[in-house]
Amino acid sequence: MSSDKPRQEIYDSTAPSSDTRESRMGAGPDDRFNSRLREAFGATPFILTKFDQFMNWVRGNSMFMLQFGIACCSIEMMHTYAIKHDLDRFGAGVPRASPRQADVMIVPGTIVSKFGPRMKRVYDQMPEPKFVVGMGSCTISGGPFQEGYNVVKGAEEIIPVDIHVPGCPPRPEALVYGVAKLQERIRNGETSPVVVKPYELEQFGDLPKDELVQKLASDIDEDDLVMRYNWADSP
Amino acid sequence: MSTGLERQGREVTEDDLEALIGDRALGRDDHLNAPGFVIRPDDVQDVLFDLRDEAGFDHLSCLTAQQYEDRYESIYHMKKYADPTQEVSVVVPTSIDDPVSQSAEPVFRTADWHEREAFDLVGIDYEGHPDPRRILLPETWQGHPLSKDYDQEQPQVVTLSEHANPIQPDHHDQESDTMFLNIGPHHPATHGVLHLETVLDGETVVDVDPDVGYLHRCEEQMCQSGTYRHQIMPYPDRWDYVSAGLLNEWAYARVAEDLADIEVPEYAQVIRTMGAELCRIASHMLALATFALDVYGDFTAVFQYGMRDREVVQDILEDLTGQRLMFNYFRLGGVAWDLPEPRGEFLEKTRDFLDGLPAKVDEYHDLLTGNEIFQVRTHDTGVLEPEVAKSYGCTGPVARASGVDYDLRRDDPYGYYENLEWDVVTRQGCDNYARVLCRMEEVEESAKIIEQCVDLLEDWPEDDREIQANVPRTLKPDPDTEVYRAVEGAKGELGIYIRSDGTDKPGRFKIRSPCFHNLSALGEMSEGEYVPDLIASLGSLDIVLGEVDR
Repeated sequence: MSSDKPRQEIYDSTAPSSDTRESRMGAGPDDRFNSRLREAFGATPFILTKFDQFMNWVRGNSMFMLQFGIACCSIEMMHTYAIKHDLDRFGAGVPRASPRQADVMIVPGTIVSKFGPRMKRVYDQMPEPKFVVGMGSCTISGGPFQEGYNVVKGAEEIIPVDIHVPGCPPRPEALVYGVAKLQERIRNGETSPVVVKPYELEQFGDLPKDELVQKLASDIDEDDLVMRYNWADSP
Repeated sequence: MSTGLERQGREVTEDDLEALIGDRALGRDDHLNAPGFVIRPDDVQDVLFDLRDEAGFDHLSCLTAQQYEDRYESIYHMKKYADPTQEVSVVVPTSIDDPVSQSAEPVFRTADWHEREAFDLVGIDYEGHPDPRRILLPETWQGHPLSKDYDQEQPQVVTLSEHANPIQPDHHDQESDTMFLNIGPHHPATHGVLHLETVLDGETVVDVDPDVGYLHRCEEQMCQSGTYRHQIMPYPDRWDYVSAGLLNEWAYARVAEDLADIEVPEYAQVIRTMGAELCRIASHMLALATFALDVYGDFTAVFQYGMRDREVVQDILEDLTGQRLMFNYFRLGGVAWDLPEPRGEFLEKTRDFLDGLPAKVDEYHDLLTGNEIFQVRTHDTGVLEPEVAKSYGCTGPVARASGVDYDLRRDDPYGYYENLEWDVVTRQGCDNYARVLCRMEEVEESAKIIEQCVDLLEDWPEDDREIQANVPRTLKPDPDTEVYRAVEGAKGELGIYIRSDGTDKPGRFKIRSPCFHNLSALGEMSEGEYVPDLIASLGSLDIVLGEVDR
């Protein structure tokens, strides 16, 4: 058989394609797009709900995560995204590299003084509404590094956190549970408890003019953004 | 290059070194691992040049800075790439009022970053240093945290100025039309929180300056405030956190066992060797997976396959140690517990993994190294010449892919490696492709080692399964004992220096991180190449920021 002509059976007959169609749809009218609810609702196929509730339901089921790796926990976070644990099954598994496309930020690791302002900036760049999952002990209290001279004692010192997942590092199952809990809260429209954020990103000129600020005045511009760490007040 | 003693082709003895250093030696300060010579701060370059060129000490393994009550001290730990058991320490004391020492940067490029770190954390100034800035802490930091009079409670101000207005400082300077580009600290290709300050001319990288310290979580301070026996061991897991926990724990176990003179039972050594090599496989798998992700955005195939294989390794390690990632399994003098019961099942599971490995490696070769796009991207990019690699102190797969035949498992044997059959993988390519191949072949070598360990463990007589030596509850090594020891971690030579001060905690604990050295060579590898090649070079270095910043 030469290959420049169509095969005979396809050319002649339309039977195979209609067979396929029937086996897909079954016999009878095409009702693939009608849900079973339609029958129950009869002539008015509408559901009445509050718009907010609907939005929360949608939001909870489609979360885009920020691809944000800091320390050890990010390895377990990668395992949570990857096969075997596959966070995507829960409608929350697409890591986005840009904070402008993300809804949820998983903070996976120790935050140190140099990184604090950057994390705050990344958080600020995410569009509202946004949610934060603190992963691991370091984001709760500084974890094993709490005594360190350079370690921020928990992510909540800088950004508000919705869900804390304890562990060092938490297992992927624990992170999945944390994300599922967050989804549940979003669906129910529950808000996070108010948190104290002692460390803010502010302009250098707005800092109280104490000894340290005067010493640094020649190095830093008035309108440069800075974060001031008062270690003595840390928990 | 080397002349004199080296050319005579014999080992350099202590007498040779004494003759070579001569009058410049003010005295001796021997360490457990090496003879130590005390020299004046303005003789540093002179002595190091002589040691490098005349005696063949071509590897500045580590630089430790510390403060005593009456003086500051910089210790240059030197080794030979050809034979790392030959070591010498050069001790440079400086006064407490005016801690200025000569920079060793003209002798070894790697001294650049090391001296910046010593300045940053301890506060020693290095005269003639090309770039005396802080490296780990922010520029505006007050005080030097590992010096004696540092007040941890004092407030600090950290700026965000580099990012204040991303449009304005686009142009590097007025005359040229180069562009300044920040890559990181939050960027998917930087493997964590690394900040590359890059200057571009068109799409060509003119200059790249890695800005590290975004994960500097005071590991050295933490280890200095823990007791030898149990409190330090959990921290090494968190230096190189890519499942390389046991390899890191071994670094601490080795140095502390040398310090306290502990003999490890042979059975425990076999378990350690097996666990460590499993960690190496897991670590190299992640390196491969993320490299594929970096080079052609392969999130769906190679990345997921790498994760799949890591899951298997992590399962085995979890059975062995009880943890997926932070094992805390080694103890001084042995390991925490024996193989899990039933032993047969555990060993069978490990064997199953090893049996499946060759097919998986073939699959990686099909998908990755046989891929034309991949070859074009990685061949002849990120070239690191052997001499440059040595000058930057590169070790591990990075050095071995540049033809530097250096592996501490063979050259400075520890554990059970001496009694097993395996080869050190080296490649001559010097490029990104060679580094990937080197890691893949190392996975196969590790599998060989594990297989032999499994055989040994299976036949080990039941009444001889001693997992821990008898170690006192509290260890208090003699005061002022100093030791520097290294093991072959997943990324290269992972060394630790400990000075004991007579208490049950170390007086100074210094970590020599392989990633820190490997990363410092990034500029040499990527200048003159395109930005995507810079990303590929960074990926092929396989850095872990937890270990770079410590």
